[in-house]
Amino acid sequence: MQVNVTVNGTVFTREVEPRLLLIHFLRDELGLTGSHWGCDTSNCGACVVWLDDVPVKSCTVLTAMADGRRVRTVEDLDRGGQLDPVQQGFAECHGLQCGFCTPGMMMTARWLLDHNPDPSAEQVREAISGQVCRCTGYENIVRSVLWAAKHEGGGT
Amino acid sequence: MQVPAHFEYEKAASVSHALLLLARYGQDARILAGGHSLIPMMKLRLAQPEALVDINGLTDELRYLRVSGGELRIGALVTHAQLLESELVGQHFAILHDAEQVIADPIVRNWGTIGGSLCQADPSEDLSAAFAALKGSMVVQGRDGSRVVPAREFHTGPYETVVAPGELLTEIRLPIRTGAAGARHGSAYVKVARRVGDWPVGAAGAAIWLSGDTIADAGIGLAAVGARNFAAAPAEEFLRGAPASTQSLRRAGQLAAEHCQPVPDQRGPADYKRHLASELTVRALVTAMRRARTPAAGRP
Amino acid sequence: MTGRTDVPPAGGGAYGPLRRKEDARFVRGKGHFVDDIALPGMLHGAILRSPVAHATIRSVDTAAALAHPKVAAVITGADLAERGLAWMPTISADVQAVLATDKVRFQGQEIAFVMATDRYAARDALELIDVDYEVLPAVADALLAMAPDAPVIRDDLPGKQDNHVFDWAAGDKAAADAAFAAADVVVAQDMLYPRSHPAPLETCGTVACYDPLDGRLTVWSTSQAPHAHRTLYALAAGLPEHKIRIISPDLGGGFGNKVPVYPGYLCAVVGSMITGKPVKWVEDRSENLMSTSFARDYHMHGEIAATRDGKILGLRASVLADHGAFNGTAQPTQYPAGFFHMFTGSYDMQAAHCTVTGVYTNKAPGGVAYSCSFRITEAVYLVERLVDLLARELDLDPAELRLRNLLRPDQFPYTCPTGWTYDSGDYPRALRLAMDIAGYDELRREQAVRRARGEYMGIGLSFFTEGVGAGPKSQMDILGLGLADGADLRVHPTGSVVLAISVQTQGQGHETTFAQIVASELGISVDDVEVVHGDTDRTPFGMGTYGSRSTPVSGAAAAVAARRVRERARIVAAAMLEVAADDLEWADGRWQVRGDPEQGRSFAQIAMAAHSGLELPAGVEGHLDASAVYNPPNLTFPFGAYICVTDVDPGTGEVRVRRFIAVDDCGVRINPMIVEGQVHRGLADGVGMALMQAIVFDAEGNCLGGSFMDYLLPTSMECPSFELGATVTPSPHHPIGAKGVGESATVGSPAAVVNSVMDALAPLGVRHADMPLTPASVWRAIQGRPLRTDLAAS
Ligand SMILES: Cc1cc2nc3c(=O)[nH]c(=O)nc-3n(C[C@H](O)[C@H](O)[C@H](O)COP(=O)(O)OP(=O)(O)OC[C@H]3O[C@@H](n4cnc5c(N)ncnc54)[C@H](O)[C@@H]3O)c2cc1C
Ligand code: FES
Ligand code: FES
Repeated sequence: MQVNVTVNGTVFTREVEPRLLLIHFLRDELGLTGSHWGCDTSNCGACVVWLDDVPVKSCTVLTAMADGRRVRTVEDLDRGGQLDPVQQGFAECHGLQCGFCTPGMMMTARWLLDHNPDPSAEQVREAISGQVCRCTGYENIVRSVLWAAKHEGGGT
Repeated sequence: MQVPAHFEYEKAASVSHALLLLARYGQDARILAGGHSLIPMMKLRLAQPEALVDINGLTDELRYLRVSGGELRIGALVTHAQLLESELVGQHFAILHDAEQVIADPIVRNWGTIGGSLCQADPSEDLSAAFAALKGSMVVQGRDGSRVVPAREFHTGPYETVVAPGELLTEIRLPIRTGAAGARHGSAYVKVARRVGDWPVGAAGAAIWLSGDTIADAGIGLAAVGARNFAAAPAEEFLRGAPASTQSLRRAGQLAAEHCQPVPDQRGPADYKRHLASELTVRALVTAMRRARTPAAGRP
Repeated sequence: MTGRTDVPPAGGGAYGPLRRKEDARFVRGKGHFVDDIALPGMLHGAILRSPVAHATIRSVDTAAALAHPKVAAVITGADLAERGLAWMPTISADVQAVLATDKVRFQGQEIAFVMATDRYAARDALELIDVDYEVLPAVADALLAMAPDAPVIRDDLPGKQDNHVFDWAAGDKAAADAAFAAADVVVAQDMLYPRSHPAPLETCGTVACYDPLDGRLTVWSTSQAPHAHRTLYALAAGLPEHKIRIISPDLGGGFGNKVPVYPGYLCAVVGSMITGKPVKWVEDRSENLMSTSFARDYHMHGEIAATRDGKILGLRASVLADHGAFNGTAQPTQYPAGFFHMFTGSYDMQAAHCTVTGVYTNKAPGGVAYSCSFRITEAVYLVERLVDLLARELDLDPAELRLRNLLRPDQFPYTCPTGWTYDSGDYPRALRLAMDIAGYDELRREQAVRRARGEYMGIGLSFFTEGVGAGPKSQMDILGLGLADGADLRVHPTGSVVLAISVQTQGQGHETTFAQIVASELGISVDDVEVVHGDTDRTPFGMGTYGSRSTPVSGAAAAVAARRVRERARIVAAAMLEVAADDLEWADGRWQVRGDPEQGRSFAQIAMAAHSGLELPAGVEGHLDASAVYNPPNLTFPFGAYICVTDVDPGTGEVRVRRFIAVDDCGVRINPMIVEGQVHRGLADGVGMALMQAIVFDAEGNCLGGSFMDYLLPTSMECPSFELGATVTPSPHHPIGAKGVGESATVGSPAAVVNSVMDALAPLGVRHADMPLTPASVWRAIQGRPLRTDLAAS
């Protein structure tokens, strides 16, 4: 089937199998490999992107369902080379080790700050609770998001 | 790589179009709502439908929360997140906010729908227990019209409901009975999970209506513990007219547990689940009763 | 929240909490992982796996799969057998089936490998393969594996009549028995360290590309040990080693999971040779959890002997070790039970003795993986649980009992009863600091108040000593390859340098810390050091990153190479300044004339001169490049003190970890920020292991932990905000005084959580319950009917 998906502001028209998962559309069809895949059961959140401005586990939606909608991925976080405060926060606070969960974590964090500019540590923990990080014990991810909240100037 | 098998895909343009498509594809067609139960099952090839009818576009017809006819009406396409955020819901049914806070995780809640949750009919599904406690009903629509089914008759077995092939669940109705005969209402949901985001090992929801120091009516819903129709009818019966005392609630817990048939699994052995049926029933009732007595607390 | 620390100033000029160099790509989503690789014409592999744990394979029919329009080829065990590749050697002197030929011996075992033009088609084709199984009785319970009527799993081994793998012992039995005979008090406990899985967020995978024209094989792989993999491919597949290049790109975590060579890798290699095309194979999560290296699975019996006033006299342990269907544990060959015999831990005692028996079961092979420091995890858990049980028996505070028995600083270097020589330590200082940060006495007071109110709060301690940085080559090898590491340092004329190392980062930040080591030694900026790793064509031989060995071994190699460069620079500087090399001293990051600091040359100046026409003394050829191979004289012995505060709901069995305090001493800290990150991870592992992570089987050998739905990993909600402290006791034998830290907290923390929960439940008379302490298992322990946590619940 033919789909039209707007990814990071660009419309992509592609012929795809209806069963193609959004994560594979992004990674294999569009070469946007920043979003990752980590489980079969929608538990890990390595694949989180925005679909129509709401975070989703992109392994759990069909590309067909994104037809006519907007997708935003980690590749769209920086603005002309200028890092988003969330990206800066992760680098500043050692919010990542292997970096595999990081894109998904940052997409959720960006969304959280857009809706709650001054979250508590507890709210950050709640927001990322559907996403697994095997490296950081979450401590520095929480600090990274709080750092971003503090250094947000304009945001996106 | 776990990926779904092939299927035909159709986008429904309206409810009637969806019903038409369902009819066209017959037995092996499935509705696709949020996809958060169906797609994981398809990836693992535990489900292999021949066709999917995507109803995500039907937000005008199926995504709404409103009060009408003394009932809260929830469109089937309302997401968990919307239910959680809705002040209207919190105002009447604290139990739903309690439950939504512990269903899956925030990202899944963004896309999983209420209709999908009920139709998935997982024996551990949380909202089925909450709606059973509230003695709600479901509106099921077919090409020949719609029918209203009491929540407690909606499920016909594990992963099975009264929704026939070719039909659609369109709405959930929850009776608002506050103020009736001066009865005060409170409700609550408690769940034990092995970890945040996990399905319940056991969970209980309670709704209580107090008339002075007497329990005018009570609803008890149970998930994951092998309760018939997700409810604890004998315990409710016992409570009706009983004094609003800790003792009554404890006895209700015992009754709830006695009438469960828990199945052991990785979440826990049968004796533990039975214990939870009692323990959590009591805890849910205690909170519900506290909320009934202090109405402000009913709005978390 | 970071607690009080008493860290002395950093050792080297460039040491400190530097932001990581590698993050620039990761925060942009530009990390480069194996599954990101797409080569022209690449095929996608998928593995057909056994649905049952034990069965004879009567036939495998691939005709329908081959007929699938998108399928390029299918390989079966029979095809591999023709090439002599149906079996491969394991790291533990056993063999493992690559693709099954005779029988399947665990659920999830590899049977056939399909290659198709896209991954969806490869998955589809698996359903078209028809396998005829004759199901056999299975043994999933290690305690039954040695029963006379147990089915023999390894009938492929000539003459094998039982499921016995090995017997192993360490320590002095007579001395230990004597210590026990003389003791006032003996406490014993059976305990299970359940099977778990490291589950890095990125699963294992590979892209193999064989070029038939020049016979070169390039393999991008999720490998923690690329050089060792190269040698293994050469040995197993008979390929010339110089034609093999292994590249480990960015790895999404490893934790031991990515040390071995897995059947899927070999299938991709063979597949590429057969088809002439690049072949990618990436595990899905259930494959990862069900077939690749598990960890632990130790059924332990421990006994501790002491005097009535709390002096520990001796320790005994006997272990039944479940090794799964093939003995594929990864540890130095000489130690079939890894370093478990470091089980006397941090305590001064007369004698100890342990025995370990390995058995085969119808479960996935593996055994040493998951940040365990070659089974010191199991050892620490055993001794720390026993010490707590002893404290309870003696009615002593567990902190007090530990303080009475911890090794004293003046005892180092200390040789423990099983023969390990601990390099350095100040244990009481670390424990006291942890107690300070925790406010230990106040916590005990709070606990008393809560107990009076009927609330169940627990305070759990653990103290661990690790032995990391394998190893001395003479004592430790893997398949005959000694555990030493190389480092090459190339100096460019402008004074910037490239360091090539043999170890491989999986998130530990090597690109930053190794640059810090070199920058410190050479007095240059960290930005002027480029670290190359993970590519066997571009780096010197070495055994890889596991067992916390990067800093102790490879870090030392880097420092030694840098010091060699510095010594060469000295000779060149002497020529530049026209003085004798002996008249120069290294100060402020440059060589300068002793007593005349104005007269000196920076490293960059010297580097340029080394490449110039400057006349150099005889014997120096020019340029400054140097390399080193570091063969450690001993392990390094990091240690730490952990305190975990929990609240337990006895009505539901739910445990909440309220606080987790960790004081780690890993010697000199190159980058304290990264060290803390490593500790955070390990503490989360402790929470996970203690409360939820276990790979469970049913009686038929079905794996019940094959997805993240049932193999639960801790989330941000179960992990508290960790409170860290540090002491620094340098390693006397390591060039920069550093010890490893990658596994410390994973090793040390589970016991603290379990001790805490047991402490909470003490008023209910609960002495012990096995991990994971799920709500069900806690509740059952309170009922006095503890669960077998390794088997399906009933
Ligand atoms: C990681 C994870 C954790 C979870 N944890 C929990 C939990 O703790 N508790 C809990 O209760 N749930 C949990 N869930 C389930 C989650 O709530 C459901 O997946 C989700 O809400 C189902 O809704 P959906 O819209 O995604 O349904 P879909 O997946 O789209 O559909 C589910 C089924 O219902 C049918 N269907 C959907 N809508 C209709 C309709 N209107 N009429 C007729 N048939 C319909 C579909 O055909 C399908 O058979 C979890 C899910 C995930 C992925
Ligand atoms: S890949 Fe794990 S949730 Fe999407
Ligand atoms: S940084 Fe490795 S999984 Fe999060």
